Amino acid sequence: MDLTLKIWRQKNATSKGKFVTYKVNGISPNSSFLEMMDILNESLVVKGEDPVAFDHDCREGICGACSMYINGRPHGPDKAITTCQLHMRRFKDGDTIVIEPWRARPFPVLKDLIVDRTAFDKIIQAGGYISVNTGGIPDANAIPIPRANAELSMDAAACIGCGACVAACKNASAMLFVSAKVSQFALLPQGKPEAAERVQAMVAEMDRLGFGNCTNTGACEAECPKEISISNIARMNREFLSAKIGSQIPKEQAGGGA
Amino acid sequence: MTELNSKIPKGQLAEKWTNYKAHTNLVNPANKRRLDVIVVGTGLAGASAAASLAELGFKVKNFCYQDSPRRAHSIAAQGGINAAKNYQNDGDSVYRLFYDTIKGGDYRAREANVYRLAEVSNAIIDQCVAQGVPFAREYGGLLDNRSFGGAQVSRTFYARGQTGQQLLLGAYSALSRQVKKGNVELYTRHEMLDVVLVEGRARGIIVRDMVTGAIERYAAHAVVLATGGYGNVFFLSTNAMGSNATAIWKAFKRGAFFGNPSFTQIHPTCIPVHGDFQSKLTLMSESLRNDGRIWVPKNKEDAEKIRQGKLQPTQIKEEDRDYYLERRYPAFGNLVPRDVASRAAKERCDAGYGVGDTGLAVYLDFSDAINRLGKNVIEARYGNLFQMYEKIVDENPYETPMMIYPAVHYTMGGLWVDYELMTTIPGLYAIGEANFSDHGANRLGASALMQGLADGYFVLPYTIQNYLSDQIRVPKFSTDLPEFKQTEEEAADRLRKLMEVKGKQTVDSFHKRLGHIMWEYVGMGRNEAGLKKAIVEIAKLREEFWKDVKITGGMNEINPELEKAGRVADFLELGELMARDALIRNESCGGHFREEYQTPEGEALRDDQNLMYVAAWEFTGDNTEPRLNKEALDYEFVEVKQRNYK
Repeated sequence: MDLTLKIWRQKNATSKGKFVTYKVNGISPNSSFLEMMDILNESLVVKGEDPVAFDHDCREGICGACSMYINGRPHGPDKAITTCQLHMRRFKDGDTIVIEPWRARPFPVLKDLIVDRTAFDKIIQAGGYISVNTGGIPDANAIPIPRANAELSMDAAACIGCGACVAACKNASAMLFVSAKVSQFALLPQGKPEAAERVQAMVAEMDRLGFGNCTNTGACEAECPKEISISNIARMNREFLSAKIGSQIPKEQAGGGA
Repeated sequence: MTELNSKIPKGQLAEKWTNYKAHTNLVNPANKRRLDVIVVGTGLAGASAAASLAELGFKVKNFCYQDSPRRAHSIAAQGGINAAKNYQNDGDSVYRLFYDTIKGGDYRAREANVYRLAEVSNAIIDQCVAQGVPFAREYGGLLDNRSFGGAQVSRTFYARGQTGQQLLLGAYSALSRQVKKGNVELYTRHEMLDVVLVEGRARGIIVRDMVTGAIERYAAHAVVLATGGYGNVFFLSTNAMGSNATAIWKAFKRGAFFGNPSFTQIHPTCIPVHGDFQSKLTLMSESLRNDGRIWVPKNKEDAEKIRQGKLQPTQIKEEDRDYYLERRYPAFGNLVPRDVASRAAKERCDAGYGVGDTGLAVYLDFSDAINRLGKNVIEARYGNLFQMYEKIVDENPYETPMMIYPAVHYTMGGLWVDYELMTTIPGLYAIGEANFSDHGANRLGASALMQGLADGYFVLPYTIQNYLSDQIRVPKFSTDLPEFKQTEEEAADRLRKLMEVKGKQTVDSFHKRLGHIMWEYVGMGRNEAGLKKAIVEIAKLREEFWKDVKITGGMNEINPELEKAGRVADFLELGELMARDALIRNESCGGHFREEYQTPEGEALRDDQNLMYVAAWEFTGDNTEPRLNKEALDYEFVEVKQRNYK
């Protein structure tokens, strides 16, 4: 296959970027999208030009590193996959493909197609955990969990933190990402004790970092490579509301002892 | 030869770890916050260690080359994690898990380490459940288990086909909690370039900020390497693109011994290679072997027609199929350990019975299971794997058998560590896949996750205190010490040298050529002539690399070509050590198969008389051969047998 690529090139976070057009020829339809990018980069290096920088690592759809906006869609035209799982047989000989980085204010471009997604880590640090230390834990089967809840929790936990939801949203909202983590824990008995604090802390951090609001367009769910359901956002809103109404967060108590 | 002290505690096997914990030195809480620990890597081992040490009160600095700790390659583990819970009442126990691991490792692992691993396995499951890891459950709400390659009991816990992801996110959440509390400083997009020794002890690291290119120094009272395996020395492997050996290789060159470098695991169920442009191989979980049956055509003519596309596998009659694992190993059938399954596939393909375009593939067939259990059951069990396969190969595995072939997956070898997980450099630890310790010559399925988390949550947090208790009077280190300055200069010089070669060939082209040599001569089947050839070829390639590699861009910016070049330069040295190690091991054991040493039936033939030791290699200089040290393996509690899966 012979293809024309229009790729966003940007030297670093402070410089202005622009589209540059490249031609790649003789691409096998069986190669993956990133292998096609490898071939382009190999040819650029041989010519002494700077190859296109992009994030990628596991190349099997689970690490969440790859993050290309292809022909106006995060991770390209196929449903339920990441960029690294996209194959060239999805395109036609002679096609022009436009490749951009995620575009969202909380995800600044570092170089070419690489963006900084530290904001997601910060949201998790704000409360995306159950506060248990290592050791001294009761037996794993001490608390039975209804299978249906465990499955729903797993559905939410499948999020890979790639940021496609934010890139797809016209408001750059991170609600799907945040709600997936909130839901994973809200559905499990282990997550209940801190549920109210968690949802409030994570939402506050999300707002602080400059992610936008949810206006229910559903683009996040449609583009999510792990098909995380938008119903998680409804669950998070419910959790958030009941947290606001019902709970008071106690101050940390001083330790006892003589 | 250096006397290697493995520091195995005295006493009965089942009491060693309990005794160790009862008598080891601890650090009091007030002193803990004055002690710094560097942890490199944020996979299962690194994240769990960093979180657990920080919870105890140590000040931790945690580094990773990825943009987030959550992307470490542990995330990609699919199948599951073993533990000796015996929830299924099928006869499992700590001893049985220990025994299976020792036997699976073909009697080349330390008894005491492996027993401890089995012993702490149960606490891992408790820990993960408390963290909110959504393991698979039965309808009654209790945890579900499945049996996994090479095991006769169901002891594997799993979260769909994403167990590694869920366990890593659990450890990542614990780590994130400590970051928030200020006990862990996180450095993402930072790659370790070297370890700094002060008066013979590990006291810090040199890293490159991969965004700005700045070379930075970090000091600590102890350094923990949790940087994973080195399977990418083969170019094509199931490892992530960035997985590399630089941290452990630099430690080796600073004096840490390297244990059993040639012990590599070739995983039997990967999607076959399909072209020259291929960048990595994709693993299909071994759990597929629970319901899939492996076969090739019985007749060479059929195999040839299939390769030419003239015949479809579904057209081959039952009696014309050779279910070679079931035929050769009736007791274990399709569930034989990974090394046995991989070699058997290679044997059939080499003999001319392979399928696919290249003839380097065998079938994994689910038609029997679908007929027996129904398509919906198979879909519930393996749906995501089937979908992944279809995306890559463009064939529907519900309708036509999958094609699989072995690929490099895991390295049992790694930095030599004692019972406390400390390398031969005082204060330098290696945990998880980065060390050599628990899997002997072959790792059992679902044991990598177990080992990574055992080391990080339950072993290192105890053992490191035995060292740090001695360090409480040592003030925080300044990175102004001459040792830091010198190591930093050496690291920067090396990068500069790479940039200045200004040759004609790309980094990837060298990596591919190295991978080809490794796969051909240091891969699934090895022999003396081939290994000697590999040593010469790798040395030649290395020389060519330093004369003709071409790296674009600059040092002070994001530069993936420079990152790759540094890693490949190290692989070009490590590959040679692997070949040397395979060459002195005049036996076949586990994943190490020397063609000269096999039984008349083609099974691995060990030499327990002469080779029942850990080969611990010592760096002696860039232009001299490494020195071989031996740690004798003493089997006190287990009777050593020939592995038999028939």
